[in-house]
Amino acid sequence: MTEKTLKVQKIEEGTVIDHIAGGKGWEVVRLLGLEEFSGTVMVLSNVHSKSKGKKDVIKIERKQLDRDEVNKIALVSPSASVNLIKGFEVKKKYNVELENEIIGILKCTNPVCVTRVEPVKTRFAVEGKDPLVLRCAYCERIQRGLEFA
Amino acid sequence: MDIISTRSMSKDFLEDIIKSAKKYDSDKDFTSVLKGKILATLFFEPSTRTQFSFQTAMQRLGGKCVGFSSTEGTSVKKGETLMDTIRTISSYVDCIAMRHPKEGAAKLATEVSGVPIVNGGDGSHDHPTQTLLDLYTIRKGLGNFDGLNIGICGDLRYGRTGRPLSIALSNWDVKLHYISPPQLSMDKGTIRHLKDKKIAVKEVMKIEDVIKELDVLYMTRIQRERFPTEEEYLKFKGVYVVDPAMMAKAKERFILMHPLPRIDGITLEVDDDPRAKYFEQARNGVPARMAVLHKAITE
Repeated sequence: MTEKTLKVQKIEEGTVIDHIAGGKGWEVVRLLGLEEFSGTVMVLSNVHSKSKGKKDVIKIERKQLDRDEVNKIALVSPSASVNLIKGFEVKKKYNVELENEIIGILKCTNPVCVTRVEPVKTRFAVEGKDPLVLRCAYCERIQRGLEFA
Repeated sequence: MDIISTRSMSKDFLEDIIKSAKKYDSDKDFTSVLKGKILATLFFEPSTRTQFSFQTAMQRLGGKCVGFSSTEGTSVKKGETLMDTIRTISSYVDCIAMRHPKEGAAKLATEVSGVPIVNGGDGSHDHPTQTLLDLYTIRKGLGNFDGLNIGICGDLRYGRTGRPLSIALSNWDVKLHYISPPQLSMDKGTIRHLKDKKIAVKEVMKIEDVIKELDVLYMTRIQRERFPTEEEYLKFKGVYVVDPAMMAKAKERFILMHPLPRIDGITLEVDDDPRAKYFEQARNGVPARMAVLHKAITE
């Protein structure tokens, strides 16, 4: 990502989520609740990428991502990377990675799963990452798609 | 220990229960085994065999039972969560056997219970103690599992017995024949699990297509309560019936099983055939659940 290819101002402090799968950036914005965020958020969609053809990039001023937020990104775009910015410089960079268990951020897609009616955090075992295969720890059903809590 | 999911049961565990069930399948006095212990049978959904056989098993082991067989008159009707109900009752008793319409309810109960939980059926998900008594019945009737051709017929999608029985049988070298209409066929996740375990699976629509090959035919009920509408249910009601003419096509060394109630799946004339094992199967629920309760409470 260079100033030459992306004509968007640098942020002084915050997070840049890079290499999001092309077109998935808006989903990430929604998942992270960034529509409600009071700071500056920049979304670049379908930017040219050498390795992937197209990618999305999100710049968020004055925000650090927590573990749940990184997990959410990993669920919709496992190729994404996260850059922590301080003083206009990248201080830390890491790739998002799916953990072996996803806790509390998804609803079970099984309409008769007990987690749909009881006040309990959902848990899913990640049985496959590509393609994504999630099994509910309670009803043991393989998930059909993703439904965020 | 909790007994919740067939998927998590090892072959050693299954063999251990079968061996223990065989020991308890006698007229000997076992009333000192769980003397002084109390079992709560919490049936949020109606049941005849499962609840009664749990209670009988506990009493044959010398323990006592408390519980309910419907949520009428309980705090559940006042809106109490399952978690609070379990948390409270587990402080009164030594073990809970429960049936609940929601899938995963028993697993959730283990997270708040201070005593072992035994799953007596959770929606269409699992019914592990039924599977254990089914395995015991096959072992008792035919001696071994390896090499058997086992047909499972009826509602394989919404029924709670065919799937866990298949998963348990995948610990041995069996061939499974699924007999159902496509709308009620076994789910793909289970078929994939069986293929991963190198189990041969054949899917057909008619019993006649496989009856001659089978060592076991496990009939299941097309369950009215699992269908969204009466109209959907009526499409499948009475599609599969075993009668004396069908039994005449089966092998001499063959057993016919059914978790009951049979409704119209097996005609009354079949009851006199020595290969009809469904009432013996229901009776085996007591020694099998004695084995389960002993393990749950003491390990």
